[in-house]
Amino acid sequence: MTSQRSRFLDATALTLGFAFLYLPIVILVIFSFNASQLVTVWGGFSTRWYAAIWQNRQLMDAAWMTVQVAAASAAFATLVGTLAALALTRYVRFRGRTLFSGLVYAPIVMPEVITGLSLLLLFVSLGIDRGFWTVTVAHATFTCGFVAVVVQSRLVTFDRSLEEAAADLGAAPAHVFTRVTLPIIAPAVVAGFLLAFTLSLDDLVIASFTTGPGSTTLPMRIYSQVRLGVTPEINAISTLMIATVTVLVIAASLATKRSAAAR
Amino acid sequence: MEPPERPSRGTFAPWDEPAAQPLVLFDGVTKRFGAETAVSDLTLAVYEREFFALLGPSGCGKSTLMRMLAGFETPSAGRVLLAGQDLAGMPPHVRPVNMMFQSYALFPHMSVEKNIAFGLEMDGRPRDEVGARVAEALRMVKLEGLAGRRPHQLSGGQRQRVALARALVKRPKLLLLDEPLGALDRKLREETQFELMALQERLGLTFIIVTHDQDEAMTMATRIAVMDKGRIAQVGTPAVIYEAPATRHVAGFIGEINLVEGTVSGCDGRRVTVATAVGDLTVADAADSVAVGQAVAVAWRPEKTRIVRAGEAISNGRAVISGTVHDIGYLGGRTTYHVDVTGLRLKAAVANAARSVERPIGTGEAVKLAVAPDALLLLVR
Repeated sequence: MTSQRSRFLDATALTLGFAFLYLPIVILVIFSFNASQLVTVWGGFSTRWYAAIWQNRQLMDAAWMTVQVAAASAAFATLVGTLAALALTRYVRFRGRTLFSGLVYAPIVMPEVITGLSLLLLFVSLGIDRGFWTVTVAHATFTCGFVAVVVQSRLVTFDRSLEEAAADLGAAPAHVFTRVTLPIIAPAVVAGFLLAFTLSLDDLVIASFTTGPGSTTLPMRIYSQVRLGVTPEINAISTLMIATVTVLVIAASLATKRSAAAR
Repeated sequence: MEPPERPSRGTFAPWDEPAAQPLVLFDGVTKRFGAETAVSDLTLAVYEREFFALLGPSGCGKSTLMRMLAGFETPSAGRVLLAGQDLAGMPPHVRPVNMMFQSYALFPHMSVEKNIAFGLEMDGRPRDEVGARVAEALRMVKLEGLAGRRPHQLSGGQRQRVALARALVKRPKLLLLDEPLGALDRKLREETQFELMALQERLGLTFIIVTHDQDEAMTMATRIAVMDKGRIAQVGTPAVIYEAPATRHVAGFIGEINLVEGTVSGCDGRRVTVATAVGDLTVADAADSVAVGQAVAVAWRPEKTRIVRAGEAISNGRAVISGTVHDIGYLGGRTTYHVDVTGLRLKAAVANAARSVERPIGTGEAVKLAVAPDALLLLVR
């Protein structure tokens, strides 16, 4: 009897917990299919707002800008983060190692407002016009730490004798990396890229500090529209963003799992 | 065409020929890791077509020695020469040496075939030659049917064969084997030992094997270097290492031995008498010269010991030690008696030549151990 009751309690706690986390999102998704113009009144099922998004030039431009920023910054962060992870796992002792690892991981814990503000100050003082490249660099700055963490977790379990075997069989260092090291850590690198892409996709704070006119990202566009009132269109585009992020996160976790299974 | 055969072990002894040039020469090599000295001023020569074993407990420097040869470690002092050429400054990928790793280090993202082809591809060999040589290597290790498998789909023994094929396919002057059989179970290990020996003889290659397993070294090697704390304690053929160990460490590491400490009480040329806790023992043919009063040890192998009841007679000329049987270990092929003699425990091993003995010696019985003077060894170090 007690076990049944405790099972009931478990189920309730789980339901409440998930409801707390996901109910708002579920409501948003449901109302994105609302036929009514009013956001809070259900007027029947419709996909008209998804069609309307395609006609909304501003929204589509912002979405395209966001994808470009995410792809470019994730690529850059993956390169830098992977190199940082290699340095941290391969060279156990070098001058300033603690400082270096601190610098790599600091952007992860740094409040976004601070990162955004300091980057803004940097760009202003250097006299750089803010736009696509400044947002991209800013996003790469705060996401490369995440990539480094993901890749490093794979590298610490990497069997170094594989690289020695490759060298022993006649592979020069560059070949050792491209033929053995990189293929084996590739799932972690891909996972790091997807994570960086996702983080860039939904960033509002840093983007608002570092972007300029003509490079408005989707979260910024949504935020500014919401201030004038929530429209069903916003629900629809948000639902699409949620779907994209979900797919990417699942892909990243599958990549990590594959890398774990390959060990 | 008949493959060239290594002369039988009786006549194959390039190390005894002063004119022979060693294939590998460690010349006064020292390797330090920080404050620790892994290899200490070590000189060692290995000759072509040898099956040379580096034997010692873990941490004795045997793996470091091999890694210096492969190019993964650089000597702190001294030179490593291969066929007369100093290997200093030569990175691993250009050395004509291949290594089989203890963990096998098979590339998990490549098939068996790709693993074996890797070294040939790195050398830029034409594709049809790579294909032919990989097929030949697969045949050699009897893995023809598994070319497309990934390493994780293979058994331990199959992985070991792939690692061996991958290391041999480039036909290296010298193959290094780091504990190659360590991960196999006992039966497979014994089979593989003989396969490795046959392969080495057939291909006419030089093998250097690192192992901590004395049976493995004794079975396979032409010569053994017993290592201890970064130094070589003794180099010799398995028979020399076993029958004439140079130090207490070597005597104790290879096989079982009875070892009694004492002081030299008489010295007549190579005939040395030692006063020990179990009485005076006379060594017929001492290898080292000693002086009266010197602290030495006398050692002998259990199987060179006769054991009889206290009342029975023993032929003259043998050292006789009286004691009590403490324990008897029956091992099928032989029986080992553990005999207590004034605080020491000595062993006598007797071959079980007959199926049954009328009245076997039992635990607690008073016995006499007899050892011939030429079976006694004098150990100074």
